[in-house]
Amino acid sequence: MTKEACQKLVIDIISDIAPDEDLSAVKTDVRLRDQLQLDSMDFLDIVMELRKRHGIEVPEADYVQLASLDSCAAYLTPKFQAKA
Amino acid sequence: MKHTRIVITGIGLTAPNGNTLVDYRHSLLNGVSGIALTEVRFMGQWPAGLCKFDPLKYQKKKDVRIGTRAGSISIYCAREALADSGINLEARDKSMVGVYLGITEHGNVETENEVYNISKFNYDTKFWSHHHNPRTVANSPAGEVSLNLGSTGPAYTIGAACAAGNIGLIHAAQMLRLGEVDLAIAGGVSESPQTFGIFAGFKSQNALATHADPTKASRPFDKARNGIVISEGGCIYTLERLEDAVARGAKIYGELAGYCVNSDATDYVLPNPERQAECVQKALRNAGMTVDDIDIVNTHATSTPQGDIQECQAIAAVFQSRAEPPAINNTKSFIGHTMGAAGALELAGNLPSFDDLIVHPTINVDELDPQCDIPGLVLNSPRKVKRVDAILNNSFGMLGINSTLIIKRYRA
Repeated sequence: MTKEACQKLVIDIISDIAPDEDLSAVKTDVRLRDQLQLDSMDFLDIVMELRKRHGIEVPEADYVQLASLDSCAAYLTPKFQAKA
Repeated sequence: MKHTRIVITGIGLTAPNGNTLVDYRHSLLNGVSGIALTEVRFMGQWPAGLCKFDPLKYQKKKDVRIGTRAGSISIYCAREALADSGINLEARDKSMVGVYLGITEHGNVETENEVYNISKFNYDTKFWSHHHNPRTVANSPAGEVSLNLGSTGPAYTIGAACAAGNIGLIHAAQMLRLGEVDLAIAGGVSESPQTFGIFAGFKSQNALATHADPTKASRPFDKARNGIVISEGGCIYTLERLEDAVARGAKIYGELAGYCVNSDATDYVLPNPERQAECVQKALRNAGMTVDDIDIVNTHATSTPQGDIQECQAIAAVFQSRAEPPAINNTKSFIGHTMGAAGALELAGNLPSFDDLIVHPTINVDELDPQCDIPGLVLNSPRKVKRVDAILNNSFGMLGINSTLIIKRYRA
């Protein structure tokens, strides 16, 4: 899985979690919370959807890794590759 | 005891056959049912009443996703009521705004959904949503309204089975009279068709309606009636002390004349006509009225074989001294049983009678059950009457809770 593909999977989840948000111009290197209206409950939803849709577990200690799309890709891509 | 006068100044509703009072009333006067076949999880298709309001009129998509169906119904109705009332909430002291919503039940839908969800993951509870708890706390629908409105006064639900819609209004009047709030946003709501459990429960009780034509499934007083049609809905009013309403030049739909809430203390499910009659009589006394003052009786009758007969017996006993009986009707024949919303929604369907002097009928009565044949029934087509100065609204519920609410024409 490429970094871009991983980011797209995260964006797909966010589009369901935050359906009012315009996701067409999300900057990959900026914290998601700084450019979208996401709160801690929304991040719990993202974690849940990663678990449900992709069988990916994100331990609480690693939630910080989901801060931006770039950090998501860096953290999640190896997990997706390990499942492939 | 002389009570502070309480009046209705705004109405917001969603019913299976209308999302505004005008549309709903039009349906009630033209025989338009809101019942259709609906897919029920694990059970196939059953007659049910679903509402067709647009939740996004007052909520963001995200709030709809996080919240509950009952919350969306509540927010829609509360916002519609406020708009109808002409109240500018932003100019009010929001700490003096109370939200009081009657519910039959809440949380079944959300719990069923989560159990169903984890069934797809071998019942592993790590797939159980963190949203489950806020969705299922009993105050949830009222809390969603307070979040949406930014109102900071008391906001909670009142669990009272199918008597709850009336009791939402009654409780609001009490809080206004106590001076706890200056504006009450009150009524009843239900999301019940979203849960298979209520269908399965009534089916196991042999009390779930069937008919080849779903629009005829809910047929109180009909000889062939065979049970309840489960529906969702909501009806929320703005209530104010009369002096406050007059001071701002409010439109006044009617005045709360009196009420009673009592308990059968006899059975979990079966009603008690003696206590029902007592509830009506105590409401009349509370209103300072006699049976001669009542022009419309809106029945609770749910289309069950026994319950309808017992309510008819109770009403006949109370009004037996009347030379000319009040007009007696039933709204569930159009919309099914909207559970926590029933009392409030059924009252709303009758309030326009103060203006048009027309009583909406009970529809679907092809052959009147002789045991329900009491004087005054308005069957199958509307009836024009000479006087509508007081409407008596019954709502009864499981565990033997009864509520009667009397609304009278407002006179200065």
